[in-house]
Amino acid sequence: MRKWFICLFLIFSFSYTSQAHAFSKQVIQRGAVGDDVIELQARLQYLGFYRGKIDGVFGWRTYWALRKFQYKFKLPVDGLAGETTKQKLVRASKYYKSFVYNNLRKGNTFTHYGGVPLSKQVKARQTKTKNQATAAKATNTKQMAVKRVKSAAVNVPNGFSQNDIQLMANAVHGEARGEPYIGQVAVAAVILNRINSPSFPNTVAGVIFEPGAFTAVADGQIWLTPNETSRKAVLDALNGWDPSSGALYYFNPHTATNGWIWSRPQIKKIGKHIFCK
Amino acid sequence: MLRILLIGALSIGIAGTAYWGYREHQQKNAILIHAENNYQRAFHDLTYQIDLLHDQIGTTLAMNSRQSLSPALAEVWRLASEAHATVGQLPLSLLPFNKTEEFLSNIGSFSYRAAIRDLDKQPLNAEEYKTLQQLYKKSADIQQELRNVQHLVLENNLRWMDVELALATNNRPNDNTIIDGFKTVEKNVQSYNETDFGPSFTSIEKRTKGFEHISGKKITKEEAKQIAKTFLGLKGNEDIQVVHSGEGASDAFYSVTIKHPKTKSETYMDITEKGGYPIWVIENRPVNKQNISLNEATMRGLQFLKQHKFNNFELYESTQYDHVAVLTFVTAQDGVRIYPESIKMKIALDDGNIIGFSARDYLSSKRERKIPKPSISIEQARKKMNPNVAIMEERKAIIMNNMNQEVLCYEFLGTLGDDTYRIFINAQNGIEEKVEKLQNPEPIYGEI
Repeated sequence: MRKWFICLFLIFSFSYTSQAHAFSKQVIQRGAVGDDVIELQARLQYLGFYRGKIDGVFGWRTYWALRKFQYKFKLPVDGLAGETTKQKLVRASKYYKSFVYNNLRKGNTFTHYGGVPLSKQVKARQTKTKNQATAAKATNTKQMAVKRVKSAAVNVPNGFSQNDIQLMANAVHGEARGEPYIGQVAVAAVILNRINSPSFPNTVAGVIFEPGAFTAVADGQIWLTPNETSRKAVLDALNGWDPSSGALYYFNPHTATNGWIWSRPQIKKIGKHIFCK
Repeated sequence: MLRILLIGALSIGIAGTAYWGYREHQQKNAILIHAENNYQRAFHDLTYQIDLLHDQIGTTLAMNSRQSLSPALAEVWRLASEAHATVGQLPLSLLPFNKTEEFLSNIGSFSYRAAIRDLDKQPLNAEEYKTLQQLYKKSADIQQELRNVQHLVLENNLRWMDVELALATNNRPNDNTIIDGFKTVEKNVQSYNETDFGPSFTSIEKRTKGFEHISGKKITKEEAKQIAKTFLGLKGNEDIQVVHSGEGASDAFYSVTIKHPKTKSETYMDITEKGGYPIWVIENRPVNKQNISLNEATMRGLQFLKQHKFNNFELYESTQYDHVAVLTFVTAQDGVRIYPESIKMKIALDDGNIIGFSARDYLSSKRERKIPKPSISIEQARKKMNPNVAIMEERKAIIMNNMNQEVLCYEFLGTLGDDTYRIFINAQNGIEEKVEKLQNPEPIYGEI
């Protein structure tokens, strides 16, 4: 048993050699995502400053870790990973890139602390279906190891989750998929305006599933798979763009059967929809 | 022989179809009844909750001791928000029923404010008692009407599915008892004004802030076109269309649509009629790779703002979504951040061009400000903080508080456990105005 362990450890230390310099030239700032952030988090963790997950998103924990590093190494404390900060970081730490990328790709829970054998820092994913296992094996080969890996986390607008975004994208797709892009953003904005209005429910689901509120919900079109455009439109609306100028209602004048809707003060027309107060 | 076979086959076919049709019919009925039951439950729940609400308001009126008043008001708040949520489950969105919902939500926020207040130091004043009395009277009216409708529904076996159908098809909805009943409720509430909540009351409705503070002369369509051209740096060969806003807009604006002949992409922009300020811009085009960093995008954003005479801005938030940077800038005056004056920008990370711009918040709160002198020092403010929070950054800032007033605060960024918090302490009286837990990146679920 022990022999086997040593063997494994040797293999690990062989295959995961530290790389000297891999940061790109960019100044890394909070909110960024991508390869440089993964390296930044891994190196900060190696030195013990960063104790969170290495997920490739420069969030608050990474930010405070970086500032601590800058403070300890007598650099100007600004929370930006610029040229000097990166140089000092590279000199002070090691980065086992293929180790990190392999584990990110497999979805393992892992850490990257210095002074601890890498093999002891991995906890493999428990539930692995057959498909995923083969996929992981396929990506395990050397040449794939250098390829770009997707981050393990994403940025989301404050107060909303990926699932909220998905639900809204479903509604927007069902309601306005034939509309110009701006019309889709406006429909998403109407959902948000309703959440903020005292006359409507206070949650995404409450507004969308209010009986009779949206035709796409009534006829089941909300369950069509949304495309990337409607997702983008929802993100724009969540980030604060409101092309409807505060509208609470919209209707298609060709198909609207309800007379009352015509009595609402109209704000503007986008595509086929008239948006009103 | 053949004839008999044919007849046999046909009759089996007919019997089969009949059986299938019967099954379908039964299934449809089961689903209809299920939906109907859901509506019925919501409706009867609502009437019950309004009953309780009315009684609870009545009890608070009779109360005198502060110890029992606070929990009673909290109960009013809970019942009102429950009733508000129940209304949302009824198929009334095609019916004008907003006033009642608004009324419920206003009762909620009124009782909430009173409940969390220290009633020993600041007891309910005469005006607030009058408000409570009026709420009591009004909720009695609503209760009466709803009871009436409930009675008719039960007596005549009325079905909510018919209401939904009638509303959807506009099929003489005036004949429908339920719809009539709810219209009466609505009319009743309409006569009740928001001002009756007392002068200190601000509706929780985030006031659709208008652009009252901007100045300038009214611009024409042609001028709007010119503004779009210079703001977006257009070449001149684009197809530009300008439309004026409808009468429902709180501030008149022009909507500009620009079609780029080469890329076939479109840019949309709204410009205020008064003064010709850009409200927002969105360009819809795919961004498929990253050539510049988020940091560089921030620099470009700041430069763009300066070029277009938006002065004194600094970066507040930066976030990268795929290959697009979303940046929020706020103004700073004498080292004080003014959070209401914010501008958002989207910058494509492939060529660093601005593909989104939104100045709605900035335009609605921009004005000349005199920043007051704080009455307490930053050390005193620090003492007001939870001692478990490790303070990492601090500065002065102006924010909108819960009562929709601008207040000068000390802003602290601190960590507690693994989370980061933004805490605002009022610089005049030391009240903790706002505590926000800042968003952490969200892990991707079920994906490798």
